Amino acid sequence: MNTSYEPAIHFQQVSFSANDKTILQSITGSFPKGKITTLVGPSGAGKTTLLKLCNGLLSPTDGQILIDNQSISTYEPTALRKHVSMALQAAPMIEGSVFDNLALPRSLQGENLTEQEAIQYLHDVGLDQSFLLRPTNKLSGGQRQKVSIARTLINQSSILLLDEITSALDRQSVQEIETLIATINKKFNVTIIWITHNLQQALTIGHYTWVMMDGKLIETGESSLLNAPTNPRVAEFVQGVSG
Amino acid sequence: MTYTSLSLTLIFVLIPLLLSKTLKLGLEKDTLIATIRSIIQLLAVGYILKFVFDAQSNIYIFLMIALMILVATLNARKKGKGIKGITWKIALTLIAVECVTQGVLLGFDIVPSTAQYIIPISGMMIGNSMVLSVLFLNRFTSEIASHQNEIELILSLGGTPKQAIHRQLMNAIKASMIPTIESQKTIGLVQLPGMMSGQIIGGADPIQAVQFQLLIIFALLTAATLSSIMIGFLSYPALFNERMQILETK
Repeated sequence: MNTSYEPAIHFQQVSFSANDKTILQSITGSFPKGKITTLVGPSGAGKTTLLKLCNGLLSPTDGQILIDNQSISTYEPTALRKHVSMALQAAPMIEGSVFDNLALPRSLQGENLTEQEAIQYLHDVGLDQSFLLRPTNKLSGGQRQKVSIARTLINQSSILLLDEITSALDRQSVQEIETLIATINKKFNVTIIWITHNLQQALTIGHYTWVMMDGKLIETGESSLLNAPTNPRVAEFVQGVSG
Repeated sequence: MTYTSLSLTLIFVLIPLLLSKTLKLGLEKDTLIATIRSIIQLLAVGYILKFVFDAQSNIYIFLMIALMILVATLNARKKGKGIKGITWKIALTLIAVECVTQGVLLGFDIVPSTAQYIIPISGMMIGNSMVLSVLFLNRFTSEIASHQNEIELILSLGGTPKQAIHRQLMNAIKASMIPTIESQKTIGLVQLPGMMSGQIIGGADPIQAVQFQLLIIFALLTAATLSSIMIGFLSYPALFNERMQILETK
């Protein structure tokens, strides 16, 4: 990967094991600040585990993770998670309305979110104010993901982790989310790490790509590497997904 | 009751045995084992209680209560296997329930401080708290398993473990207390409580039997509330590590 970029997150020989099973093996690499990096690879490659390590939901069993050149272990967990937000694959919601969900990150800190602020965040993700009091169980898959993304914006994090947020959506919703993520990246200068199974998405939206297999980082570089992978295993994977 | 009369009650064991054999239910062995165990256990308890009542020694009362708490703890802890330190957490809860209920009953001189009162009432409080602890742990572990995403969401947004688990904890506390509250709503209408029935059969004045039963159900309400809340607040921190990460429960 181009090392001229300042890294937002740097992995140094990071491994992770659970229940005597190795999930990540000696990962070394950086996620450039202010850029979109996509994580691709077959299921079970350890992509979600890697994302959870960035957010502190898991800790490495070996190696070190640096966030803004500071070891992740020195961050207070709640402060780290406000700095590094995460949108989960299933876009889980707490019971209640869209407003209740948008207000959640603030209420966890004992603070309030005004209706006006909530409307602005809805607007940022392409939803109008009529959604504000709508129960979350009345939302479509795409709307749910947009609310989930809006909720991650409330903490004004500088790093945003996205775990397969478009995998269950129709084509139109996927396009809307892709545009939204590109806008958030540019407008707020947020570093984005995005797990996707969609290689076209990785090519068009991602500036950089990490290809992971069997818990290892196999290839990394600008997203265009997916057009001409140098590693034969990556070539086989790309052909399998595309073909 | 004479021993002849007691022997005749075995007719109530013969009826299910015959029916099980006729309908090929295969319950004869279990029924026999249950009958023999109940005879041995109750006779043993009867003789032990007689010995303790005659001795009127505080040490024997203490040992009886300690034994009840030990057995109840060992029984209830099976439901909370994935929770670190669950054994002492249940034991502490049962000890607290016993101290509070007996503290009020004896402290205000509501019942005489003799073995005849302390031991049966302790048995009811500890037994009820054991059931409540099992109900709570059952519900709590299933709530966590079915709401893993929601717990992870709150943690990922910068919430603390207490904030992340709050809803599941409250649901489990409420669910475990509902049977106690519901059974009190219909008490006396559908069935007469066991202790009250026993007193009436034993020749006690029904009004006095009711008074004692009320004492017990009020104390059980405190026992239930205390058990659920204490075991809940003692258990949940064990589900997280110092980095506020949720640990895997088995």
